[in-house]
Amino acid sequence: MSKKIKVYGVPGCPFCKKTKEFLKNKGLNFEDIDVAADHDLAKEMIKKSGQMSVPVIEIDGKIVIGFDKKKIENLLGS
Amino acid sequence: MKKIYDLIIIGAGPAGITAAIYAARKKMDILVITKDIGGQASWSGDIQNYTGYQFISGPELAIKFEEHMRKFNFEIKENEEVKELTSRNKNLFIKTDKDNYQTKTVIVASGKRSRELGVTGERKFRNKGLTYCATCDGPLFSGRDVAVIGGGNSALDAALQLIKIANHIYIINFTDNLTGDRIMQKKIRVDNKVSIFNNSRVKEILGDSFVQAIKIEEDKEEKILDVQGIFVEIGLIPNSDFAVDLEKNERKEIVVNQRNETNIPGVFAAGDVTNVPEKQIIIAAGEGAKAVLSAFRYLSTRK
Repeated sequence: MSKKIKVYGVPGCPFCKKTKEFLKNKGLNFEDIDVAADHDLAKEMIKKSGQMSVPVIEIDGKIVIGFDKKKIENLLGS
Repeated sequence: MKKIYDLIIIGAGPAGITAAIYAARKKMDILVITKDIGGQASWSGDIQNYTGYQFISGPELAIKFEEHMRKFNFEIKENEEVKELTSRNKNLFIKTDKDNYQTKTVIVASGKRSRELGVTGERKFRNKGLTYCATCDGPLFSGRDVAVIGGGNSALDAALQLIKIANHIYIINFTDNLTGDRIMQKKIRVDNKVSIFNNSRVKEILGDSFVQAIKIEEDKEEKILDVQGIFVEIGLIPNSDFAVDLEKNERKEIVVNQRNETNIPGVFAAGDVTNVPEKQIIIAAGEGAKAVLSAFRYLSTRK
């Protein structure tokens, strides 16, 4: 029962990188979405999160804004 | 009766982490209290001058620092913010947004944060068009009109990044001329995507749920510019507000001597929060090491 994880980010963003490292270190698979490359996906992210900063992490439909380790761990754990 | 630590380190950037590693190796009983791990190093771009790494990105170096720190078994309180630091009868007391602690020595290594504009709308529109990180959020503004606030290196760097992305860039600069690097200035001046407003200050951020415009005052004349993005790049300020009893300089940096001692016995400080010249990752790390060696010496002579 693995969770569906998406990471919306941009290539140069430090906390996007940290988020992805964090998930990789936990051995988790995630969809790596580059919102700089795709305008529609950027819009989708802004709509889902109601704001314009990256990274945005989606775990089974639930949204985390920024590299908030506690929130991410909570969503992964439940 | 609450436990009394040997040392509490406030902050876990390069200075705090290095101090913690040294302290752990000296078997001191320590606690690290910090809002985040990695500090400003996490925000740095490419680093090519940290000894031992010919090339490493800020986040990668920060992760390596963290891994090194977590090899040891001391307590780390993350997402916790120090609110008060007081000294009483040779002991030091720390109050955070979650708990209270007592310790014999303290190293303040809380670093710096982005300076805010302090205008109406800034808090409301934070991350809703207004950002302090061009590298992170810049790409979300492709084809939009944006404003960069500031005239120094970080502002010009942001503007140059945005030239590749945005439709038009307004630079709102407080002084009568840009102060950043001349090579960057030249690149910006010749680009017709950029308009520069000197002698200008931000009055208000306007919008509905996202930023729609910015009100500025240029030579006492108010103007409204339609922008969807605002990049605030007006420098950094030290996270030293909680340390009310510590001596600070005019930039609010904590004043330390060569041994990283502050004006309060038992309280040491290290890294970008201090008045040490040159803010560099390698210097902050070295200062963290110096501070903990001073604290160790202080503890061994104290009764």
